Amino acid sequence: MDNTSLIGMVSIITAGLTMAIGTVGPALAEGKAVVQAMHSIAQQPDERNTITRTLFVGLAMIESTAIYCFVISMILIFANPFWNHVISR
Amino acid sequence: MDILPLQDISPDAVVIWRWGFFSLNATILFTWVIMGVLTLISMVVTRNLSTGIEISRWQNLLEFMVTGIRNQIREVCQREDDYRYLPFVGTLFLFILVSNVLAIIPGYVPPTGSLSTTMALALCVLVAVPLYGIVDQGLRGYIKHYLEPTVFMLPFHIMGELSRTLALAIRLFGNIMSEAKIVAILLAVTPLFFPVIMHVLGLLTGIIQAYIFAILAMVYIASATRAQSERRQPTTDQNSEEKEQPHNHQQKGEK
Repeated sequence: MDNTSLIGMVSIITAGLTMAIGTVGPALAEGKAVVQAMHSIAQQPDERNTITRTLFVGLAMIESTAIYCFVISMILIFANPFWNHVISR
Repeated sequence: MDILPLQDISPDAVVIWRWGFFSLNATILFTWVIMGVLTLISMVVTRNLSTGIEISRWQNLLEFMVTGIRNQIREVCQREDDYRYLPFVGTLFLFILVSNVLAIIPGYVPPTGSLSTTMALALCVLVAVPLYGIVDQGLRGYIKHYLEPTVFMLPFHIMGELSRTLALAIRLFGNIMSEAKIVAILLAVTPLFFPVIMHVLGLLTGIIQAYIFAILAMVYIASATRAQSERRQPTTDQNSEEKEQPHNHQQKGEK
């Protein structure tokens, strides 16, 4: 197996694994956060605005880890530096 | 229809016009378009403002937006001088909002889907946070905030500032870019119906991301300006406030 096919294979497998593993944690965490926010809103409907805003900010924070994984996998698929290096040589 | 090819993840690579050393890529072009649209609408609407009961519908729209942004800022910073943060945070929000919402126009590529644009916006936040902090509590007071609780926390504070700037940039870039990519990939797989739904979802994501970017910028600014006010709190007339609103004294007492 030459370098080109090896790099392509490893990149694609790693991109898939990055998305698969990297989204598990944020998904569980966002679920917990939303559950807690729903409980809080049910208990105190008057504080809905504050809870919703804090929830959105927190979700954005949690989601950013998943977004990092997504960016990494996009780079591996569409703008892979190693692949470009091998191809241009 | 789509000027951004599938294998490019950034509109920076799409060069529309080249003249010698200068090259005009899609990011710069569409940023100019958004700036022009925002400036033109604001100029035309504020040309004839009225203070009477009868106002034009465009003035109504602008008043609604400015009031809404002010209310959100006031809820975050819990101070009365929210007008100081309105130009910066409001501009960030409106620019990102218009940039994301215009994605319904065919042939348009959101400039926020390019890492250079989002990094520039995040760098603006990185510079604005110490500026507001220093204006609010002086240079000594602001630097002291870095040395709390001990001097050894200084590298962690600086690392935190840098990493949250990077997170701000990559979050916006990743969300907007992922929407464009998902729609493009789905167009190749299931052409007719499903990409439309994902596009609607992308519009929702774009609006939420604009909101989140502005709110996070405001939270960072508020955290830089609030440290001093909280320390000042016990010396203010806390007792009278407590009698009026016992559960709300922390927010009122900061004034």
